[in-house]
Amino acid sequence: MKYVDYMQMNVFQRFWYKLKEFFRTLPAKTKAFFCAIGNAIKRVICGIGRGIADFFVGFVKGDIFTKISYVIMGFGNIARGQIIKGFIFFALEAAYIAFMVFFGGFYLSQFFILQVQPEIVVTDTGRGGVIETLKYSVKSEHVLLYGILAILATVAFLVLYVASTKSARKCEEAVKSGKKPAKFSQELKDLLDSKFHTTLLSVPVILIIVFVVLPLLFMILMAFTNYGDKNIDSFKWVGLDNFADIFFGSQGGASMGYTFGNIVLWTLIWAVAATFSNYILGMVVALMINKKGIKFKKLWRTLFVITIAVPQFVTLLLVSQMINASSTSPLNLIISMFTGEQSQFDVFTQNYDGWIARAAVIIINIWVGIPYTILMTTGILMNIPEDLYESARIDGAGPVKSFTKITLPYMLFVTTPHLITTFIGNVNNFNVIFLVTGGQPVTNDYAMGSGKTDLLITLLYKLSVDKTEYGLGAAIGILVFIVCATLSLITFNMTKSAKDEEAFS
Amino acid sequence: MIKSYKLRRTLANTAIYILLAILGIIWIFPLIWLVLHSFRIDPNGGIPAAEYNHLFPSLDVLGFDNYVGLFTETKFLRWFGNTFFIAVCCCIISTISVLVVAYAFSRLRFKARKPLINVGMIMGMFPGFMTMIALYLILKMMGLDQTLVGLILCYSAGSGLGYLVMKGFLDTIPHALDEAATIDGANKFQVFYKIILPMAKPMIIYQVLTSFISPWCDFILVNIIMRENVDNYTVAKGLWSWAVDTEYRNDYYRYFLSGSVVVSIPITALFLYMQKYYVSGVTAGGVKG
Repeated sequence: MKYVDYMQMNVFQRFWYKLKEFFRTLPAKTKAFFCAIGNAIKRVICGIGRGIADFFVGFVKGDIFTKISYVIMGFGNIARGQIIKGFIFFALEAAYIAFMVFFGGFYLSQFFILQVQPEIVVTDTGRGGVIETLKYSVKSEHVLLYGILAILATVAFLVLYVASTKSARKCEEAVKSGKKPAKFSQELKDLLDSKFHTTLLSVPVILIIVFVVLPLLFMILMAFTNYGDKNIDSFKWVGLDNFADIFFGSQGGASMGYTFGNIVLWTLIWAVAATFSNYILGMVVALMINKKGIKFKKLWRTLFVITIAVPQFVTLLLVSQMINASSTSPLNLIISMFTGEQSQFDVFTQNYDGWIARAAVIIINIWVGIPYTILMTTGILMNIPEDLYESARIDGAGPVKSFTKITLPYMLFVTTPHLITTFIGNVNNFNVIFLVTGGQPVTNDYAMGSGKTDLLITLLYKLSVDKTEYGLGAAIGILVFIVCATLSLITFNMTKSAKDEEAFS
Repeated sequence: MIKSYKLRRTLANTAIYILLAILGIIWIFPLIWLVLHSFRIDPNGGIPAAEYNHLFPSLDVLGFDNYVGLFTETKFLRWFGNTFFIAVCCCIISTISVLVVAYAFSRLRFKARKPLINVGMIMGMFPGFMTMIALYLILKMMGLDQTLVGLILCYSAGSGLGYLVMKGFLDTIPHALDEAATIDGANKFQVFYKIILPMAKPMIIYQVLTSFISPWCDFILVNIIMRENVDNYTVAKGLWSWAVDTEYRNDYYRYFLSGSVVVSIPITALFLYMQKYYVSGVTAGGVKG
């Protein structure tokens, strides 16, 4: 297709064209992707190989101090005058060994079994009878968590170990060539300059490893165990059983695969509807406020923006109160004000296949989201040159036409990255669904106690917090991750092609 | 067809005024409803506002009882203090870690940079709930479960992963400035402290604002970490349980209403005051060109 043809298309044709292009180039891209992964793996393996070679060469070529520091970390540094550095290495090694001997080793050995045996505690009831209860001094969850911790500690230790041998070698070479090894104060100074990244990143990275990576690994591994309500103390590895359950299992007469498929579908419909309704309607309101000749601009904007500032759980809980089915809820009071008779309209009805509730949450989300769009787009809308609109008006374009032909293309061009993040945010939009409907209306067609407005993310919450089916919940979490990652990959690719176009013009 | 341009414009503007007024009423209605009902005294104990059969309370049932009771009969003041303490700590820790990570990724070049950026982006795509149960276990292992310090750590430890917006902003500061400073003999720490920090002020304010506000709004993590320890609740968790727990709902719903108003006032004021920084923060991350 020629560039001229492309320029003549409208927004939707362009979108369709990009989508087609994406799927047309998908095979080639997939191939390139796997090639890139292959190359990366090759590079990593080569790097490791070289590292190992270096490691052994260092050992063979090094003198006696260096050889000793392959066993006692930091020995070489101390022998050559880098006393503080050497002691730090030595202390860390001692700490690691102590950790493994007194704590980590046991859990690491149990890690692959995971099941734990309870002790039987016999208590005398005092009337000759005894009660036997099971007591778990160590639970499987501890084995899993501490096992991961031990593995992470081992990886960190290996990195440190290699670094210490390298450092010992470096000292030796420095001494051999007649220089003095770097002083500790010099190395501290380097931490503020050539090694500044180490100083900056070390604390955040450690925090992230402990509070993000460790729990994430725990939850990912949990998806492969039968950790759940029935075996809360002692569970075992079950491989892919949880995933098989989600797709092929059934629960209480309802197929889980059917439930899951429907929830994924609704999640996508919701994300598209929520993102674009907010985007377009918000822009229309922002345009109205910014129109020339409209007074009190600040007042109008503040009126909308105030609803963002009030914490979301407050407003959403209020809204869910306001639309409930009782005849005294504000919604029904307003309806009866118009009709003159008592009304008991239930938004969360199962009739119409739950679409009333679904439409209601989308509308409520418009109420929540439009102020954000107003806040964000006002500045950009002011940047659109006024003469574009003027010439369009002279050519006879009405407000609708100038919106679809000028405003929308301009805004889409500028805010695509924002749209992508909003879209992903809507896939994971927990608050609106959880606080307003809680997944209602619940139906018998759906397994796992889920309802028609449940998104993947609220299903995950229900499973892992309400029902304590941790294994199943973690499996769904991994699936949510896959959905999000795929979506961002696709959209990212599409915007990347949009960027290439600019190189053209 | 109306010929006069002026008349047409006046008509269009009137239509817009009417439309804006209607929309404004719809948008503000729940908030007005909240404020009015928070002043409603119920002689029969607390009927939840949604079960009161008038849209707005009449004048003779209005009074300050719910607000007085909120501070004298409930733990609200303590929760408010907790939340304020948590918010201040979080805002300091998160701002520093986001700034530091973003600066390292944006300005410094080192071997692990690309892999770390990619790993950070991938980790950001996992849904947050997945880690919450494990977080509780980790805090328990450290002896920090059901404590404020534990909650602060949970909120702010991972905040370094939110480097994207800040990095996007730092990328736009010209590198020539750094180079000039380096030539004048500044080391990288001085470049960071004396050049980048002052220039990143609007983004830093955005970061402070968002990380200060988020503890006021989160109830899920608090719910999982604090369990039954009512003394260490934050306002969000406390208000939430007043509104949904059947155990509390009947007696405490009125305090939910008045408490919501009390929480909303400082947050709203802060937000309106800092609005322009918020806008620049959101747009810096999500807009090109």
